[in-house]
Amino acid sequence: MKRRDFLKATLGGTAAVACSGVAEARPNLEPADNAVGMLFDSTLCIGCKACVAKCKEVNEMPPVIDGDATTWDSARDLSGDTLNVIKVYRDGEAEVKDREENGFCFEKRSCMHCVDPGCVSVCPCTAMRRDEKTGIVSHHPDVCIGCRNCMVGCPYNVPQFQYNELFGQIQKCQMCNQAGVGRIDNGQMTGCAEVCPTGATLFGPRDALLAEAKRRTELKPGETYNYPRGDVSKPYSHHEKRVPEYLQHVWGEKEAGGTNVMHLSAVSFDKLGMPPLGERSAASIAEGVQHSLYNFMALPAIALAGLTYVVKRNTDDDDKGGDA
Amino acid sequence: MSQHQALGGRILTKPFLFLTAIFLVGVYFMAQRFTSGMGEVSNLNGGYAWGIWVVYDVVVATAFACGGYALAFAVYVFNKGQYHPLVRPAVLASLLGYALGGFGAFFDMGRFWQFYEIFLPGNWNFNSVMLEVGLCVATYIIILTLEFAPALLERLGMKGLLKALNKVLFLFIALGVLLPTMHQSSLGSLLIAMGHKVHPLWQTLQLQPLLALLSALIMGFSIVVFEASTSVVGFGKKSESHLLSGLGKITVGLLVGFLLVRFATLILQGKFGLIFSSGFASFMFLLETALFVVPLLILLSPAKRERGSQLLIAAVAMLLAGTLYRFDAFLITFSPGPGFSYFPSAPEIMITFGVVAFELMAYLVMVKLLPVLHSEQHA
Repeated sequence: MKRRDFLKATLGGTAAVACSGVAEARPNLEPADNAVGMLFDSTLCIGCKACVAKCKEVNEMPPVIDGDATTWDSARDLSGDTLNVIKVYRDGEAEVKDREENGFCFEKRSCMHCVDPGCVSVCPCTAMRRDEKTGIVSHHPDVCIGCRNCMVGCPYNVPQFQYNELFGQIQKCQMCNQAGVGRIDNGQMTGCAEVCPTGATLFGPRDALLAEAKRRTELKPGETYNYPRGDVSKPYSHHEKRVPEYLQHVWGEKEAGGTNVMHLSAVSFDKLGMPPLGERSAASIAEGVQHSLYNFMALPAIALAGLTYVVKRNTDDDDKGGDA
Repeated sequence: MSQHQALGGRILTKPFLFLTAIFLVGVYFMAQRFTSGMGEVSNLNGGYAWGIWVVYDVVVATAFACGGYALAFAVYVFNKGQYHPLVRPAVLASLLGYALGGFGAFFDMGRFWQFYEIFLPGNWNFNSVMLEVGLCVATYIIILTLEFAPALLERLGMKGLLKALNKVLFLFIALGVLLPTMHQSSLGSLLIAMGHKVHPLWQTLQLQPLLALLSALIMGFSIVVFEASTSVVGFGKKSESHLLSGLGKITVGLLVGFLLVRFATLILQGKFGLIFSSGFASFMFLLETALFVVPLLILLSPAKRERGSQLLIAAVAMLLAGTLYRFDAFLITFSPGPGFSYFPSAPEIMITFGVVAFELMAYLVMVKLLPVLHSEQHA
């Protein structure tokens, strides 16, 4: 075989395998068998921030004070010291709750515990892990190098690095199940769900939460509904409330493969700062590309064999010797 | 026996002292970074976790350092032996560029004191593009060191070791072609998982690795032309424009390939209209595209290709084009969502300047002390 033909064959073969592989990218991951999660119903949230305070207590984090608002934790967004925050949506005169125009509402920000988590997919050191049983996404700073790919790879900007500390680490909600807390393993619920006075944050198995969410979107606005508090599968109490005009959309049912923390709202999710996501997770696409190129290192091995052969012949031809 | 010789001459020239001053300012802020943390010196935040330290020092700077890669492709894979004289200076520039890219990755690391965790096989996540980048870049730095080692061995007169190294050098050269193909394409793949945060005009998903690779090769050939041209002016070396015009010709194919893939992807993904309807992003896209098209027009003309000045203009345009392509995708049109903004702080910029200054200082010292540049009588 002539050298040129050999080269062409090698490059062509490599390209062909690469292209065929790309077509076989993996589908989204499925929810864990016993996935647990939370349902945040924005129309129930009164903005009391009991969940923010409880979260700080569980995670032993200091309050964040914004300006003169020293009465309570006034964290405006997630940070290395805040894993859960309640944000306010305001439009115009902000007269009516849960109305998009001239209205207001509250929105919770915390880890969504994605079914197909971007942070887990991109982490080079396996410092982000999805629990096989519960689907909880946990962080393990002992192996983390601080490259912060999880931060850019998270559609919701959830993982936060402690920039202000020399020996900082990534912080995120681990659904109160991290070592030393283990509330879920002990049969408890998350701190934020436990203290929520209106059941706006509800804990429970993902399927039960999804069923509850769908039930709510099918209710007639104006009717009364008996809202549970605490754990959806064993609520510690209920309260009756008028049904708002829910969007016919459970955020997290399908977004980028779905999330274990789902949201309901009467105000459109893009107004609440939710990202523009399709159903396909970016992680699944990235992994498809990566695995088709690097599966068993087959392509690089073939390419190296071809390159070694060609380079060897070309340097041997070279009368000047192989000096580079 | 060597066809290369050390330039000799004074080390402490005015440009060198100027670079030293910039370097020292960088060292001052670097010291702050390693005593008070990243928050003290940078504007990195929860939405923009990657600033210029990643995007310039790693993503762009390693593409600037693709001269050795591009030439290795031309000389050793496509057997264009006539470019051999350009190889050694290109390998030196690549070695310095990559070494400092690696250092950039280190000082950007939030948990730098346990950087070695990425080298422990037990930790490896094979789904991660970053793992490929990290391991591959680290290996390539070693390979570049070995590829450049003959210059040092010649200087030290270690003939036995030189002979032994030359016998197996073909293997390192082959790796020197393979590894950048892998991690330069992966640098593009990093963008895939960022999904919606990357502007649709730059989020080409499966095509990210190919576009990153083509643009890295374009930048690689351009930097060789740029370095050779500045050597003519700066060190008074004989012009090698006949060689450089050949490189320009090779680059035409790469430019055409890049633009074809770029526009075909936008059409196939139904995003062609966004080129004109995306406001500021449209402007950046058109600017970037112009920087790819102008050198293509220059290099397509055989007459212009022969002129050193035109070649230099084309090379600078292509370097800017590749740089802007990366900056646009990773930072300028990157949008993590409402409430976040980023512009590098002065200390952040000075650290990057300091690193670049050190790279240039090291290059100047090494071409003066070691047999790097081609000696003219053999050319």
